[in-house]
Amino acid sequence: MADWLWPLLGGLMIAAAAGPLGSLLLWRRMAYFGDSLAHASLLGVALALMTDLPMGGAVMAVCLLVALLLSKLLDQPEHGADTWLAITAYAGLSMALVLTAAHSDDGHGHALEDYLFGNLLSISVEQLVAMSIGLGLILLLLWRTWAGMIAMAINEDTARVDGWPTRTLRTLLLLLLAGVVAAGAKVMGVLLISALLVVPAAAARYISRSPADMAIRASLIGMLAVGSGVTIGVSQHLPIAPLVVLSAMLALFLLLLRRRLLG
Amino acid sequence: MEPASTAMTSTPMNSTELLLKLNKVSWSAGNRLVLNNIDLSLHRGEILTVIGPNGAGKSCLLKLALGLSMPAEGRVWRAPSVRIGYMPQQININPYLPLTVADFMQLATPKTTSPAWFLGLGRQHHFSRKAMLNALAEVGVEHLLVQPVQQLSGGEMQRVLLARALLKQPDILVLDEPVQGVDVSGQAELYGIIKTLRDRHGCAVLMVSHDLHVVMAATDLVLCLNQHVCCSGHPELVSQHPEYLRLFGPTAASDLAIYTHHHDHHHTLHGDPASCDEDCKHG
Repeated sequence: MADWLWPLLGGLMIAAAAGPLGSLLLWRRMAYFGDSLAHASLLGVALALMTDLPMGGAVMAVCLLVALLLSKLLDQPEHGADTWLAITAYAGLSMALVLTAAHSDDGHGHALEDYLFGNLLSISVEQLVAMSIGLGLILLLLWRTWAGMIAMAINEDTARVDGWPTRTLRTLLLLLLAGVVAAGAKVMGVLLISALLVVPAAAARYISRSPADMAIRASLIGMLAVGSGVTIGVSQHLPIAPLVVLSAMLALFLLLLRRRLLG
Repeated sequence: MEPASTAMTSTPMNSTELLLKLNKVSWSAGNRLVLNNIDLSLHRGEILTVIGPNGAGKSCLLKLALGLSMPAEGRVWRAPSVRIGYMPQQININPYLPLTVADFMQLATPKTTSPAWFLGLGRQHHFSRKAMLNALAEVGVEHLLVQPVQQLSGGEMQRVLLARALLKQPDILVLDEPVQGVDVSGQAELYGIIKTLRDRHGCAVLMVSHDLHVVMAATDLVLCLNQHVCCSGHPELVSQHPEYLRLFGPTAASDLAIYTHHHDHHHTLHGDPASCDEDCKHG
């Protein structure tokens, strides 16, 4: 079996989960949320390097904690949501850089680099199994809470009066997002994972008639982009993650063009 | 549900049932006191309109009544298991969200029968197409069912929001500036619809307006708010109250007379004549 098959599968799974979550981010005007979580998650990489904890577990733990922290911070009126997101992102990133530097550099530096830029091909079968279980759970939870998530994206006040459990759902959304970012960081890199959330959803907007429609199409566009990114990257020996993002951008551009031409 | 046009005659009889009560409620933003010592009670079948100048705390008062914010002092009481339909001042639905009126209405309320474990959290209560069409027909916009919500005009959106609130068969309709962004003739029509809905469904209505001369003819009770309750009671009494006249100027009272007259002749939207006589008995 070719050595790019597992990475391809991993990428496809991430893209599938990113579709509905990315759509929710756009609807809630939270496009930068994934970015913040991703940057802060590097702290997990740094902690894992220091303590020899398993990398995936540390990144996931940090991501979930940052998501919970953000769900509290976003309610604090001292700063707007965008400011809190930026503060969190750079705090995590800076701590990660300092910790890795302080821990000395006995060849561990490229682990941080793997997470910065993504290294789809270094994914192991065990990681893939863990990822598929986690992402399956995320999709299940999203499916079960979808109506409430949409109701909240429309207007959180009306959703609350209508009886949707808005606080719980909002925290759940942030945790699910953290799960996808943590799982995707290894594959796409923290610099680009957010693009896989946002770009396919933005592209899907042009061809969707309902929220679920847009979520599914965003997944499909993301999966197509992963397919094309892996194919080109492996055959041309180019970095895969940026190729995935560029493929998704191309899809967005073509759909935009189609919309413009057809009126 | 209810037959469309003949239900005007049924005046809600149990109009003494208390649905909502605010007792000496205060609320402040930072160290600025927005609402001071507010008393308010709302009974079934009543239309209570809160009027007041900008910054009087009208929307704050609604949010307290809805439980969206908590009072700093005093107490907000809602009747047990009271169902509330809420129409916010402005609902800006993100253009990225591809949503038809039908999709939007489907989200009116979560399923309450689902098991209380966490996977049941976000399931929706399913409304039939017929129920949605009925609700839309009550406010005169059944043709909008499959329209994308972003393509609705201001007045259409307000009506859809009303219809959506009706799906839940609410005990209280809470409306924040329900005629905002609607032209003058449409405003009178909307207030007429709100009154009709109250008569048909026997719900209470709590609404906010700063458009007093239009609303005066369409309400049972007025609460004139300017951070504290300036005066409250029947519209005719309030419009003569010195505090009210000081707040809105002496022309406000004559506006009322003009409007009442106009409203008499305007109530043919659903072919329901003589609604004014009917409504005056409520007061």
